[in-house]
Amino acid sequence: MSDMRTPLGRVRGLGSAKDGTEHFWHQRVTAIALVFLALAFVGFLLALVGASHAQATAYVGSPIVAVVLVLFLVAGFYHLKLGIQVVVEDYVHSEAAKVGTLLFNTFACAVLGLVCIFSVLKIAFGG
Amino acid sequence: MALSILHRVTGVGLGVGTLLLTWWLVAMASGPGAYATFQSFIGSWFGQLLLLGFTASLFFHLCNGIRHLFWDVGKGFELRTANATAWLVLFAAGALTVISWIIGYMVRGGAL
Repeated sequence: MSDMRTPLGRVRGLGSAKDGTEHFWHQRVTAIALVFLALAFVGFLLALVGASHAQATAYVGSPIVAVVLVLFLVAGFYHLKLGIQVVVEDYVHSEAAKVGTLLFNTFACAVLGLVCIFSVLKIAFGG
Repeated sequence: MALSILHRVTGVGLGVGTLLLTWWLVAMASGPGAYATFQSFIGSWFGQLLLLGFTASLFFHLCNGIRHLFWDVGKGFELRTANATAWLVLFAAGALTVISWIIGYMVRGGAL
């Protein structure tokens, strides 16, 4: 018994903050990915200024742009979910309100993220 | 110090901005009519203001985020260094915002 933890506590791998280091690490990994992906995203926006619908869909539907965009959306919405989670945990203390807001955050990021990704895929494959 | 709350504020602001991002992609996937509606909104003064806020927030959050990543590996905590990098972040974010908007208007005007 080297660390004075219960077997269940050791198995769960969470610390006293009930979170462990997974959140911290995932936030940093998505952050590093987003340094490149966000810059690419801005590049895409600039390429599409004033473009017609046909031009825009051809561009967004092209393989490299579509893949990079989906990567940006996945990393971005996950990074957003993690970030907002921290903000909520900092400011909302009533347990019911906190759980409710955190659930809403998770679901909203998932839904919006999926809607965006679906749109890109529809543009790429739907024609 | 002000930069740390700004990092949080821009983060939340970008989160709200994902609504605009979603509208853009859904409109594009929906067809020319929906896309034209989005384009006329984003071209309006209000749309341009929102877009300016979004891009400025994105560049600030990105630059300050890199500063955070350096802190994560233990570099840059000395007060003088932190102050200097704070100004560097503000300057870089501002420059990136201005440059990208100049490019944007040049593309719109047909110069690029």
